[in-house]
Amino acid sequence: MERGSKSPNDKQNIVEIRNLYKSYHRGSLVVPVLYDITFDIAAGEFLALMGPSGSGKTTLLNLLAGIDKADKGSIRVGDMDITTLSETELAHWRANHVGFIFQFYNLIPVLKAIENVELPLHLTSLSKRERREHSETALRMVGLEHRMDHYPKELSGGEQQRVAIARAIVTDPTILVADEPTGDLDRVSAEEILAMMERLNAEMGKTIIMVTHDPRAAQHAKILRHLEKGYLNDTLKGAHDDSQNPL
Amino acid sequence: MTILKILFRNAFHNKLRSGLTILGIAVAILAFGLLRTVISSWYAGVEAASTSRLVTRNAISIIFTLPLSYNEKIRQHEGVKMVSYGNWFGGIYIDEKNFFPNFCVEPRTYLEIYPEFVLGPAEKKAFLADRKGFVAGRKLAAKYGWKIGDTVTLKGTIYPGNWDFVLRGIYKGRDDTTDETQFYFHWDYLNETIKKASAQRADQVGFYMIAVTRPDLAADVALAVDKTFKNSLAETLTETEKAFNQGFIAMSGAIVTAIQMVSFVVIIIIMAVVANTMAMTTRERIGDYAIMKTLGFGGRDITVLIFGESLVITLTGCFTGMILTFPAAAAFGQALATFFPVFIVSPETLYLDVLAALLIGCLAAVIPTRQAIRIGIADGLRRIG
Repeated sequence: MERGSKSPNDKQNIVEIRNLYKSYHRGSLVVPVLYDITFDIAAGEFLALMGPSGSGKTTLLNLLAGIDKADKGSIRVGDMDITTLSETELAHWRANHVGFIFQFYNLIPVLKAIENVELPLHLTSLSKRERREHSETALRMVGLEHRMDHYPKELSGGEQQRVAIARAIVTDPTILVADEPTGDLDRVSAEEILAMMERLNAEMGKTIIMVTHDPRAAQHAKILRHLEKGYLNDTLKGAHDDSQNPL
Repeated sequence: MTILKILFRNAFHNKLRSGLTILGIAVAILAFGLLRTVISSWYAGVEAASTSRLVTRNAISIIFTLPLSYNEKIRQHEGVKMVSYGNWFGGIYIDEKNFFPNFCVEPRTYLEIYPEFVLGPAEKKAFLADRKGFVAGRKLAAKYGWKIGDTVTLKGTIYPGNWDFVLRGIYKGRDDTTDETQFYFHWDYLNETIKKASAQRADQVGFYMIAVTRPDLAADVALAVDKTFKNSLAETLTETEKAFNQGFIAMSGAIVTAIQMVSFVVIIIIMAVVANTMAMTTRERIGDYAIMKTLGFGGRDITVLIFGESLVITLTGCFTGMILTFPAAAAFGQALATFFPVFIVSPETLYLDVLAALLIGCLAAVIPTRQAIRIGIADGLRRIG
C-alpha cells in the first residue's frame, strides 16, 4: 500500500511504516531485532501487536512512538516522517502527538494522581487553571476524580493504570501506544483497563497501538499483527493485506 | 513549578538516606567551620595588630634582652609618639596546665599604647598606684574566679620564686578581637626584686613597644631605631606589631598547614559521600527520568532535577552545620580560651561553608546527570519493574 492510501475500511492512514530495520549493539556484537517491517495503521484503529518475548514488538512500538531510532526505513505519523527528526524535535513531537501507557504504569511516585496527569501539560502553553481543568476532566473520564489527591503508592494497580491512561489522553494525542498495559494486573483490573481502551477507541476515535502477548487482551483490538523473530508474521484477525511477510 | 515540586519531593523521598546524608554534611560543615575558625584564631593576633605600633627586640633572638637605657634613645626619634617596654614573665599559676600569657610592663605607657584594653578609671588608678598590683583580662579572671583585691601567686620559671600579686583591675576588650586572657603587672616590681637577687639581670627589658605618630612613618622609625643601635652590644630588630606576631605564627606554620589540609580533606570526604548518594538516587530514578523524557521533557529539565536535588540536600546539611557551628565554637572557645583567646566564627568562614556546600552539591551531581541524560529512553524504561 502506498503512503497516504486508504485502508480497506476506507480510513486515512495515520501511521505508515516502510522497510524498517532495527538492531542493537552489545559491545562488538550486532543483534538484529526488526527486519524490513512495512505496514500501515489507519486513523481510529485499535491495533494489537502480538508475539513471543524477544520478537521485537516493544522495539517496534518504541520506534513508532519516537522513543528509539531505526537503523533504516521510514515511519510517517500524520504528515511527519519521524525518522528524520533530531532528539529535541522528537521530544516536542512526542509531547504533542503520542500518549503512552506502560506495563508498570510509570507514574512519578512523588506526584499525586492529578499532578501526574498534569505533567505533560507543562510542556504546552495552557494556563495553570486550564491545565487543572484538563487534568480533572481526564481523571473523570477514567473514573478517578475521587482519587486525584492520592499518591501512586496509595492506589491499586488498576487505579494506577487508569491514572496513566488519563495522563496519556490529557494532551489529546494523535496516537496512543500501550506496552503490555495489562501485564501487571489481575484479570478483573485488566478487563477494566481493556474496556476503557476500547471505549477511548470507539467513542473518542483514538488510534491505539497495543503490544501484548496475552491473547485475551489482544481480542479487544480490532486488528492483530504478529511479530516473530523480528519479522511481521502476519495477521491473526482483521489485518490489512499489505503487510510484508518474508518468512 | 512542577520540576521544582518534583525536585524538593525527590530530595526528601527516601527520608533515611537523605537524613543521614544531611547529617553527614552538617557534621562535615561543622568540622570544616571549626577548623577554619581555629586557623582564624591563630591569626587573630596578627589581624588585631595595630599599624601604628612597632616592636623592638634583640636582633639575635627574642630570648635575649635589651638595656633599659634604650628607652630614652628610642623616644627621641622623630615620629615616635610613646615608648613602653616589658618582659615575658612566664609564671605558672598553681599548675603548669593553667597556662596564660603573663607579662610585666611599664603600666602607664603600656595602657596608653593599648587603648583596646579598656579599664575603668578607678581600677586603672588602683593598678598604677600598687606596685604589686596586676590587671587581668575579663575571660582570665572569670576562668579562675578572681575578684578585685584577690592575691594571686605565680611561680616564676624565668625569674625563680613565688611572686604574689594583687588584682587591681579587670580589663575588657574594646571589641571581639581583643585578647581578654592576659595578665599584666608592674615591670618595676620585677626589676626591683631581681636586682636584689641577681643584679646583672636588672634593668633589662624583653621588648619595647613603640607607638608612632602616623602609620606611614612606621617603616622609617623602625629603620632609624635599628640604625641607632647598630654595632652595639645589643643590636635591635624593629618591626611592625603585625610582622612581629606573624613571626610567632610562622613558628607553628606546619600545624596551621596541617589543619588547613584536614579541613579540605573533610570536604573531599563528604563530597564522595554526597556523590555516592546522588549516584544511588539517580540509578533508582533512571526510570522516572526516562518517563519524563518520554513525555517530552528534555535534558535541561533532568539536569535541573538532579543538580537541584543535590543542592537541596547539601545546602540543608550546610545550613544545619552552620547553625551548629556557633554553639560548638562557643564551647570550644571556652574550653581552650587560653590557647585561642579570640575564637569567633567569622563571616569569611560562613561564606566558605556555603561555597564548599555549593561545590559539593554541583560536583556530586555532574556524573549522575551525565548518565541520566545519556541513557536512551528505551534503556531507561527497561529498568522499570
